[in-house]
Amino acid sequence: MITELGHFALILAFMVAIVQMVVPMIGAQKRWNSWMAVAEPAANAQFFLTAFAFGALVWAFVTSDFSLRLVVLNSHSAKPMLYKISGTWGNHEGSILLWLLIVTLFGAMAAWFGAGLPATLRARVLSVQSAIAVAFFAFILFTSNPFLRLAVPPFDGQDLNPLLQDPGLALHPPFLYLGYVGLSMTFSFAVAALIEGRVDAAWGRWVRPWTLAAWIFLTIGIGLGSWWAYYELGWGGFWFWDPVENASFMPWLLAAALLHSAIVVEKRESLKSWTILLAILAFGFSLIGTFIVRSGLLTSVHAFANDPERGVFILMILAVFTGGALILFAMRAQAMEAKGVFGMVSRESALVVNNILLAVGCFVVFFGTMWPILAEMFFDRKLSVGPPFFNSAFTPFMVALGLVMPIGAMLPWKRGKIGRTAWSLRYAFALSVAIAMLVWAMQTGRSALGPVGLFLGSWMTIGAFLDLWSRTGRGSNRWGRLVRLPRADWGKAVAHSGLGISMFAIAGLTAWQAEDIRVAQMGEPFDVGAFTLTLEKVEQVKGPNYFSTMGTILLEKDGQTVTELFPEKRDYPVARMPTTEAAIDYRIMRDVYVVIGDQQNDGGWTVRTYIKPFANWIWAGCLLMAFGGALSLSDRRFRVAAGARKVPTDGVPAE
Amino acid sequence: MKRLILIMCFLAGPLWAVQPDEVLDDPVLESRARDLSQELRCLVCRNESIDESNAELARDLRLLVRERLVAGDSNDEAIDFIVDRYGEYVLLKPTTTGANWLLWGAGPAMLLLAAGIGLIYLRGRAKTPRAQDDELSSKEQERLRQILDE
Repeated sequence: MITELGHFALILAFMVAIVQMVVPMIGAQKRWNSWMAVAEPAANAQFFLTAFAFGALVWAFVTSDFSLRLVVLNSHSAKPMLYKISGTWGNHEGSILLWLLIVTLFGAMAAWFGAGLPATLRARVLSVQSAIAVAFFAFILFTSNPFLRLAVPPFDGQDLNPLLQDPGLALHPPFLYLGYVGLSMTFSFAVAALIEGRVDAAWGRWVRPWTLAAWIFLTIGIGLGSWWAYYELGWGGFWFWDPVENASFMPWLLAAALLHSAIVVEKRESLKSWTILLAILAFGFSLIGTFIVRSGLLTSVHAFANDPERGVFILMILAVFTGGALILFAMRAQAMEAKGVFGMVSRESALVVNNILLAVGCFVVFFGTMWPILAEMFFDRKLSVGPPFFNSAFTPFMVALGLVMPIGAMLPWKRGKIGRTAWSLRYAFALSVAIAMLVWAMQTGRSALGPVGLFLGSWMTIGAFLDLWSRTGRGSNRWGRLVRLPRADWGKAVAHSGLGISMFAIAGLTAWQAEDIRVAQMGEPFDVGAFTLTLEKVEQVKGPNYFSTMGTILLEKDGQTVTELFPEKRDYPVARMPTTEAAIDYRIMRDVYVVIGDQQNDGGWTVRTYIKPFANWIWAGCLLMAFGGALSLSDRRFRVAAGARKVPTDGVPAE
Repeated sequence: MKRLILIMCFLAGPLWAVQPDEVLDDPVLESRARDLSQELRCLVCRNESIDESNAELARDLRLLVRERLVAGDSNDEAIDFIVDRYGEYVLLKPTTTGANWLLWGAGPAMLLLAAGIGLIYLRGRAKTPRAQDDELSSKEQERLRQILDE
C-alpha cells in the first residue's frame, strides 16, 4: 500500500512540476504576480511529494518487501540495516529517485531562501529548476520506475553488490548528487538571467552560495569515493582516472572555476558572459556524468545501468538543456556588457588565469575520456586512454595552478604589481624551498617527485596563511584582528591550503610508498620498510551475509608492538562475489596497509603489505577544502544575500 | 556479454593482482616489469591495468612481460611485442602516432587558444574607459544599496 502511495506521489509530483515549469514562466513574462506566486507552493509540494515517494522506497527496502522488483534485485533479508537503507540508492532506479529528491529539495530551498530575489527572477529560476525536474520525472516514470511490482514475489532477494556494502559508499552517492544537482541551481540562475537579459553584481552574489554549496558537496563526495577505493579495492589506489571518476571530477573543476569567476562578477561586474557559460557547462558536465554512468557508452567499474534506451533519454535531456541554454546564451551574450576596468596585472587577471587553467584542465580530462569513442568512430582505431595519459597530460595544469595561486590570491583588485606581491611572499617561498631541500637530502633514492610536491604543497599552504596574515594590517593587535577577519577570508585560506595539502600528499604517497608481496609462513616474521610483520593465525569467520577468511598479523616496529591487523577475504554467497577487506593501521605520517590472499601449496599465505606515507593527508586536504568552503558560505554577506533577513520596508535603519 | 566480463573479472579464480610466484628474483627487472604492467590494460576488465587486475588473462600478460624482460628485451621492445599480439587497445598510455596527436595536442592547443582569448580580453578591459551610463533604475539602485549596506 505504501509503495502504491509512493508511486502515486511520484506521479503527482510530476504533474506539479509541469505546472511549476509553465505557469511562473508565463507569469514572469506577462508580469502577472498571481501566476508568479504559483512557483513557491508548487516547489514545496514537489519536494514533499518526492520526499514521500523516496520514503516509501526506503520503507520497502527496510522491510525487505520482495514483491518489489527493485528490492529483489538489490537487497537481501540478511543484509545489515545500514546497507538495506543505502541499497535504496545503490542501484539505477533508486539513485535517480534520490537525484530527483535533491533536484526538488534545491528548488524548495530556492523558494525558502529566495525572498530577497526580484520577483520575476525568482519565478524564472524556479520555473527552470522545475523544467529539469520534469525531465527527470519523465525519465524515471517512463524508463526506470522503481515502484514496479512482481507478480510472484521470491522468498529472498539477490543481495546488493558486496563492494557497495560499505559505510563510505552509503554516503558517497548522496553527497555527489547534492553536488551535481546543486549545479542545476546555478544553471537555473544562469538561464533565468539570460531570459531576464541582465546579469549584475547582485546576480553574482545570489549565485555564489549555490555554487559554493554544490562545490563543497562535490568535494566531499569525490573525497569519500576516493577514500572508499583506497580501503576497499585492495591495493590502496585512490584515483584511477576511470570514466566515471572523471565524470565527477569535470563538474568539480568547472564548479571551482565558476566559484572564482562569480567573485569577479560580484565584485567587479566583469567576466559576466564567461560566468554564465561556465554555469551552463558545469551543469552540462553533471548531465554528461549521469549519461556516462547510465548509458554503458564507456566501460567503467561504476556503470550500473547499461541500457541504450535510457542512455538515449538522458542524451536527449542533455541536448535539450545544454543545447537550449547555449542557444539562449548565443542570443543574449552581447547584452551582458562588462563594466569593471582593470589592469593586466590584477586580481581579476589572476582569476582569469585560474579559470583558464581549471577549464583547460577539465577539457583535457574530457577529451581523454571521450577519445576512445572518437578514435573508434572517426579513425577506426580501438584504443585505451588510461592513468598514464591523464597523469602526464593533466598534472601540469594543476602544478601551474598551485604555483600561481599564492601570488594571484594576494594581488590587489584593479591594478597590482607582480614584484610587490611576490616580494611579500618571499618567506613562504624560502621556507618551502628549505623544506623541500631538507627532504631531498633525507630521502633515499633520488626521485624528485616527493620534494617537488612538498615544495608545492608548502608554498600553497604557507602562502595562503601569509595572505591571511597580511590582511591584519600593521601595528599591534594583529592576532586579535586575525581572529575577527571575515569568515570568507578564513575560508579562502583554509580551502587553498587544503588543496596544497592534497597535492603534497598525492606526490608524497606516489613517491615514497613501499610495497611487499610474499608468501608468509605462519609465525615467521618478515620486514617491510621499518616494520616487522608476523602472520599469527588465519581463521574462518561467519558474518551476517558473508563468510570470511581472517588473518591476524602482528605489526611491530623496533621490537615494540604497534598493533594487530586483521585483513579479511570475504565471500558473499548470495551475490556470488569475493571481496578483500584490507586491514589498515591509520597513522598521521603513514598507513600500513595489509591484504591477505590465498593459501599456497606449502601452507603459507599470500600477504601484500604497503607502507603508504601521508595517505590520510589526501582526504584531510579534501576535508579542509570543504571546510573552507563552508566557512566562506557562513560568511555574513551570504546569509544576507540569500535573503535570510527581511528587507526593511520603510527607510534605512540607523547604523 | 557485459555480465560475462564482470564475472570474469571478479570470479576468475582466486587471484589477486601480482602473485608472489610471479615476482622476478632480479629487483631491477622486477621493478621494470611493474612499471610496464601499469601501462598495459587488462583486456577483459573495465579500465584496470594488468598490475591491478585479478583476471587470469592479466596474469598471463604479466608473466609474458617478465618473460620478455628476462629474455633481454628493452622496455619498448617488450611493449611492442605485446602490442603486436594484442593490438593498440592494450596500451593505457596511447601512442603519439597517427590521429593520436590530436589527443596529446588538444590540451596544449586549447591552453594557447584560451590564453590568447584571455589576453585579448584583459587588454580590452585595461583600455576601456569607465562606462558612464548606469543601467540601473533609481529604484533598483536603492535596492542594491540596501543589500550592500546590510
